Amino acid sequence: MATETAAADHGAEGGGLVFHPMDQFIVKPLFGEGEVHWYTITNVTLWMALAVLAVFALMVMMTSRRATIPTKGQSIAEMAYGFVYKMVEDVAGKDAVPFFPYVMTLFMFIVFANFLGLLPMSFTTTSHFAVTVVLALAVFLTVTIYGFMKNGAHFLNLFWVSSAPLPLRPILAVIELISYFVRPVSHSIRLAGNVMAGHAVIKVFAGFAAIAIISPVSIVAITAMYGLEVLVAFIQAYVFTILTCVYLKDALHPGH
Amino acid sequence: MATSTGDGLADATGVAEHGASAPGMPQLNFDHWGNQIFWLIIALAAIYFILSRVALPRIGAVLAERAGTITNDIAAAEDLKQKAKDAEAAYDKALADARVEANKIVAETRAEIQADLDAATAKADAEIAAKAAEGEKAIAAIKADAITNIETVAKDTAAAIVAGLGFSADDAAVSKAVTSRMKG
Amino acid sequence: MEGDLAHIGAGLAAIGSGAAAIGVGNVAGNFLAGALRNPSAAASQTATLFIGIAFAEALGIFAFLVALLLMFAV
Repeated sequence: MATETAAADHGAEGGGLVFHPMDQFIVKPLFGEGEVHWYTITNVTLWMALAVLAVFALMVMMTSRRATIPTKGQSIAEMAYGFVYKMVEDVAGKDAVPFFPYVMTLFMFIVFANFLGLLPMSFTTTSHFAVTVVLALAVFLTVTIYGFMKNGAHFLNLFWVSSAPLPLRPILAVIELISYFVRPVSHSIRLAGNVMAGHAVIKVFAGFAAIAIISPVSIVAITAMYGLEVLVAFIQAYVFTILTCVYLKDALHPGH
Repeated sequence: MATSTGDGLADATGVAEHGASAPGMPQLNFDHWGNQIFWLIIALAAIYFILSRVALPRIGAVLAERAGTITNDIAAAEDLKQKAKDAEAAYDKALADARVEANKIVAETRAEIQADLDAATAKADAEIAAKAAEGEKAIAAIKADAITNIETVAKDTAAAIVAGLGFSADDAAVSKAVTSRMKG
Repeated sequence: MEGDLAHIGAGLAAIGSGAAAIGVGNVAGNFLAGALRNPSAAASQTATLFIGIAFAEALGIFAFLVALLLMFAV
């Protein structure tokens, strides 16, 4: 439908523009054609495997020398370690350190999936709600279950704002409860939405490149968007991780 | 829901060429969710295993070791700095000692030379004095001789003159007169 | 005709992106103003800055999502 409208608008000079901004997100079997079952090896499998390999290459192979004076690769691995460790410690508190490998896993997966998705012709796994919803739900369930395990019923103080005047507290409790359950929704849609929006916009600009007069503008716009997307790829991974830490802090210290 | 509506719409608007299995938004094709979730869980488990078993303990150990090494190195550097300071102080002390010693030697030598010089001067003075005394003695002797000789000559001459003038006089009187005259 | 109305709705939903842009600009601008007054405290608040930007931006992303749903799923 987008195609038709655009083609109708520019049909005279462009000879029919073709926009398929969402085609890059299609899940396809990697070998042959056919139905996609839950076990089918698809492009999702390929790009997730590449993300795992990239994590392995950076975090294991680059640090295999255990050098006191690090190489470039080892410095990057150490920087990632220090970055996430400091985030967990500063935002969630010292007693959240046991969750550090868990948070690190989320960060490394998202950052590599985002950056691999920026390669031309690649498939961006983090642009799918299926992926981000699982990630966000994992965080949500961890926080909720751990919060109740550690604090018991005291965890419900999160919703009962004791610093507010008494008549306001039930209203605030409802608002807090809603905001608590909206967390996984916004957490997942933020990541997938940002990544998907950027990639789709690049594809739309690429569609305009079919018109010879506009193509230089289009290429400049693609370059600019690509730069922005590199930034977004990192910032969204950072934001996802830091929000995980913020939620973990709620589980560990539910008092306001 | 997305599949059926999307397909219908796609057919109706003529964008069906990019695959019947592709409804408007692939993200909302719930047929594929199982596949993605399955592979996602495997990928996350793999990353978690890699990180928690291998990578994170290793990097943590490397960072701890580096922190230890840096602390040790700083302590060693502090130590060496102290040693260098000590060595400098010792050097300064040795230099000052040597200077004092040299000054002492110079003073001693100067005193020795002065003593030698004084002794030599005194000796020379004594010798000169002795020589002068000797000379004076000789001169006095010569003078006395000369006076005696003059007296004799004067006496003889006086006697001769007296004799020449035709007077006779004894030698004793002449001698006495000459002597009194010579004394003035 | 139904599709056309959906497109109009999608366009209206895209206004939300502009609103999100105002929100994000507000957060970042106020952070910068504060950071210039007290630069020594700025570094410790970057995490708060990003959290604020993320919350403001999430609502823009919701608007974008509504637009996408109108375009592709309705």
